[in-house]
Amino acid sequence: MIVLRLALQSLRNRWLAALLTVIAIAVSITLLLGVEKVRTGARQSFADTISGTDLIVGARSGAIQLLLYSVFRIGNATNNITWTSLQDIASRPEVAWIVPLSLGDSHRGFRVLGTTADYFTHYKYRQAHGLVFAAGKPFSDLFDAVVGADVAATLGYKVGDPIVVSHGLGAVSFVEHDDKPFRVSGILERTGTPVDRTVHVSLEAIEAIHVDWQSGGRIPGQSVTAAQVRQMDLSPKAVSAVLVGLKSRLATFRLQRAINEYAAEPLSAILPGAALQELWGLVGTAETALKVVSVMVVATALLGMVTMILTTLNERRREMAILRSVGARPRTILGLLMAEAGVLTLAGVGLGVVLLYAALMLLRPYVDATYGLHLPIEPPAPPEMTTLAFIAVAGCIAGLLPALRAYRLSLVDGMMIRT
Amino acid sequence: MVVATAKLRAETANVIRMSGVRFVWPGRDAFSLAVDAFSLPAAKRILLIGPSGSGKSTFLSLICGIIAPQTGEIDILGTDITKLAASARDGFRAEHFGIIFQIFNLLPYGTVIDNVLLPLSFAPMRRKRATTNGRAEDEAVRLLTCLGLEPHLTRGPSAANLSVGQQQRVAAARALIGSPEIIVADEPTSALDRNRQEAFLDLLFTQVSDAGATLIMVSHDETLAGRFDEVIRLETIAISGRGGRR
Repeated sequence: MIVLRLALQSLRNRWLAALLTVIAIAVSITLLLGVEKVRTGARQSFADTISGTDLIVGARSGAIQLLLYSVFRIGNATNNITWTSLQDIASRPEVAWIVPLSLGDSHRGFRVLGTTADYFTHYKYRQAHGLVFAAGKPFSDLFDAVVGADVAATLGYKVGDPIVVSHGLGAVSFVEHDDKPFRVSGILERTGTPVDRTVHVSLEAIEAIHVDWQSGGRIPGQSVTAAQVRQMDLSPKAVSAVLVGLKSRLATFRLQRAINEYAAEPLSAILPGAALQELWGLVGTAETALKVVSVMVVATALLGMVTMILTTLNERRREMAILRSVGARPRTILGLLMAEAGVLTLAGVGLGVVLLYAALMLLRPYVDATYGLHLPIEPPAPPEMTTLAFIAVAGCIAGLLPALRAYRLSLVDGMMIRT
Repeated sequence: MVVATAKLRAETANVIRMSGVRFVWPGRDAFSLAVDAFSLPAAKRILLIGPSGSGKSTFLSLICGIIAPQTGEIDILGTDITKLAASARDGFRAEHFGIIFQIFNLLPYGTVIDNVLLPLSFAPMRRKRATTNGRAEDEAVRLLTCLGLEPHLTRGPSAANLSVGQQQRVAAARALIGSPEIIVADEPTSALDRNRQEAFLDLLFTQVSDAGATLIMVSHDETLAGRFDEVIRLETIAISGRGGRR
């Protein structure tokens, strides 16, 4: 049909403005969908921070607090678990393995985690991904340390480098365990989890650096050398938290209840998955903010389109008078302008989706390696399709504004050509 | 439309008949136009003369059915268009009118041929007539050639590069395609120099009489009067005013 062809030619005649409008819409849609992708990716990565662990046990506290200090190394344990309680749990028939965690020291801003070598086999993230050594091996000597990828990258550590652990958690510490330096025995591959930002040592090492310490300071007059400490009994007396793996998941709730009701010591057992969901609920506000911002960007792009069409309207009054004179109804002119808005929006949506997938393919390896954020490349899900359809409709409705104005102008102008 | 045609044969005398027409543009201090009685015989060449501001555009808009009067009858080819709905009037205009403006007649981004074929999209009967001897495109080329547009321009990609005189020829071809009964030309030659004016009118007249159409041309240039069958001064048939209803 000639009228439609002419409408497209009219648009082509204004190709620069039209192209910029389409690009603005496309970029806004890429942003909207990209934010959504990153959001779901982040949520997934977050939920995948720890897997394979059935229960996390710590001193009695809230689930989120326990999760924060045991998995995310944020905050502190309210209290410790005695070694006897730990052994009690380990000896229960449902329990397949336990990994004790001992926190409280730091190394140049990174947390130091005292644990056992089992940590490296039982800690899993992103479903069934285990910890892999980029270099070196787990700690075998008392003063061996295994550092996460971020620690190694930030501080430039190689296997064999000496490190000094500080007491407490500040990046700059005035109380250093400098009499008992450690040696980097291994460096872990990047995981995108807090493991990357952790220095791992053995439980005995945590005991060793604290033998001549009491209440956060050196006991005056008592000084034990590194050689002497190797001769001492370094079996741990308490830990901060315990990761527990079960033989059968069916026993999870039974054991959780048993631990929560443990008589000898007030303990809490949490399900990591449930606690992660609960924690994500807290960060949800930021999610909403991101979403609101990207919706605003789309609205701005559509407004830009309306502005573009409106500004051309005056110079196109001539075009409309010609169409009216050859018999076009005002309704036809309304339709043409709405179709124009529709075509621009659809082109923007199409280009936006193309841009999104191009960006995903280009950036995915980088994002995965740098932020540990795994972004799946999948065809648009139904909710995304709904969003896109909604935007397309919104574009047409936005087109109603200039279309109605043109309708009114064409009624007023009639056949008179105004320039 | 069959009825209209039959009626037209019955009263061949007039293509346009207006009676008791009153029109006021909406708004305060509005321009108004009143035509008590006016009729125009078929197949004539009429020159409508009126100074600017005398209501020529309003008069033409009324005849073409772009606007509807508040009262009165406007009978075109046997159909009272004031009784038609707005969209039916648009369809009626597409079928029975060919309109040439003073300047800026063409959609600059369209091809010459597309510009000529534009009315056929809105007028099935004109399309039928334009395609009796072949494709509508060929009819467009024939008209353009008859109107003296150089062949290489006829097939040109865009109407934007044409001179004003060439644009007016394309506009005339658009008005004539599919042989509408009435050709309305609103000062079509005012942007042309004297020689081109004469040449354009010669070609236009030939084509209009070939089609057996009625030509109503508006101008303020009285020197053209000798070339028309009849000269009508707008002020003799219409009373214009400003400032609300009378």
